[in-house]
Amino acid sequence: MSPILITFYFLAAITLATAFLTIYSKNPIHSAIYLIICFFSIGGHYLLFNAQFLAIVHIIVYAGAIMVLMLFTIMLMNLNKEDEVHKPRITRLGAIVVFVVMSIVLVTIFINSKTIVGEYDTSGEDFQSIKKLGNVLLNEYMVPFEYASVLLLVAMIGTVLLSKKEKPGK
Amino acid sequence: MDSAFIIEKSVFIVVIFAITMIMAMYSTWAERKVAAYLQDRVGPNRAGWGGLLQPLADGMKLFAKEEFFPNTPNRFLFVVGPAIAMSTALMTSAVIPWGDKLHIFGRDVILQATDIDVSILYVFGIISIGVYGVMIGGWASNNKFSLMSSVRAASQMVSYEVAMGLAIIALLMMSGTLSLKEIAEQQSGFWKDGWFTWNVFSQPVGFLIFLVCAFAETNRTPFDLAECESELIGGYHTEYSSMKMGFYLFAEYANMFISSAILAVLYFGAYNYPGMQWMSDNVGVNAANILGIVVLFIKICFFIFFYMWVRWTIPRFRYDQLMHLGWKILIPLAIVNIMVTGVCILVFK
Repeated sequence: MSPILITFYFLAAITLATAFLTIYSKNPIHSAIYLIICFFSIGGHYLLFNAQFLAIVHIIVYAGAIMVLMLFTIMLMNLNKEDEVHKPRITRLGAIVVFVVMSIVLVTIFINSKTIVGEYDTSGEDFQSIKKLGNVLLNEYMVPFEYASVLLLVAMIGTVLLSKKEKPGK
Repeated sequence: MDSAFIIEKSVFIVVIFAITMIMAMYSTWAERKVAAYLQDRVGPNRAGWGGLLQPLADGMKLFAKEEFFPNTPNRFLFVVGPAIAMSTALMTSAVIPWGDKLHIFGRDVILQATDIDVSILYVFGIISIGVYGVMIGGWASNNKFSLMSSVRAASQMVSYEVAMGLAIIALLMMSGTLSLKEIAEQQSGFWKDGWFTWNVFSQPVGFLIFLVCAFAETNRTPFDLAECESELIGGYHTEYSSMKMGFYLFAEYANMFISSAILAVLYFGAYNYPGMQWMSDNVGVNAANILGIVVLFIKICFFIFFYMWVRWTIPRFRYDQLMHLGWKILIPLAIVNIMVTGVCILVFK
């Protein structure tokens, strides 16, 4: 086994274990911390493909920004096990149905997929540098790129509007 | 990848680690000396000549102190907090170019641990995860004041990261690269084509915004609301004792050193100095580049001194003033700076 393959299995084990623990742990803060570790290991997977830009942006956006805010909110709300709202039976039933359907889909995909276990090797082609990405994004995918930025702008304005409305006295 | 390359890089990484540690250690000494000078006192002068052994004595004291654990259900996270703070403080030094190349044993030794083409983003990534050290430590302390402090620290860092990133974008638009090495090389010499080559002269506003944000990111006065002792006892490290406390304090000084290095590299010409080309033509490449390293460290020391100077001159902001400055002044200013830079690039190039 090549060192890269060993690294891959190691990272995959961390990713799956932390993803499972995110759902499984009772304490919301522990969940958030497991999720952060999960994001880091996914960043590691990107690095295995030599996609440096993607790996670092992934860490900045998910681990550095989104999860900080998430952790921040959880800390402010100070969620405890005792505060957990009682879930009605219908919700639990719905969750089980969704879980079963989802599992069937995933298992079918897993069985029917023809997995190709390839080796990591160097193609010698530059596909990840910022120059390359910039060229592709602003030529070939210019319109979707601009749409994405408009979408983010709309989301930002919406957030500002929502937080303004909650001000007391208005 | 030959073994000489690996040995070279390993030696280099160990040297950088040692230098960061020594600089952080002596920053604590320098901070007390500067404070003493500004307040017309003598400062530490018992351990060694001029108190030079004081950092060692402090370290010994911190190691010898009792390890105290508060009544917390998260002992593991309580220990992880300072560890994250310290590791993130040290990780950033990997991409900083400490000098141009040296010619030793017939090899060109590049004075940078690694030159990835997204170095600035790497620095930002590390800065953005640095806040976890404070947040996790503060939360695991199981103390309301620590929690308040870590929430403050997190919101402060997230807010100022935005302005910092926007200030950098204007610089990146001019340099056209994200690699710190290339940005350093672009600033070589001092005067070219009728203007200074150092970025501070073409990006003064960006430099000011970056400087202010660097103060906020390192949690230094006037932005040290995370450890505002009049409101929060000791801040996020109230419950910490012994070397875990030492790690938090040490991480602050290591951060100060690294952010000074980044300020020097991005805006103050890195290892370049006027007449560097003349030196390497007439005296030798090695001599010129070693002088370059010395010059970089002089610049770094100046910025560290500047941090201390500000700390003992300006009082702490109020929290709403801090948020006001970050969101309503620095971010719009940075956006205007980006637009002006864009127009200038269109007109002049």
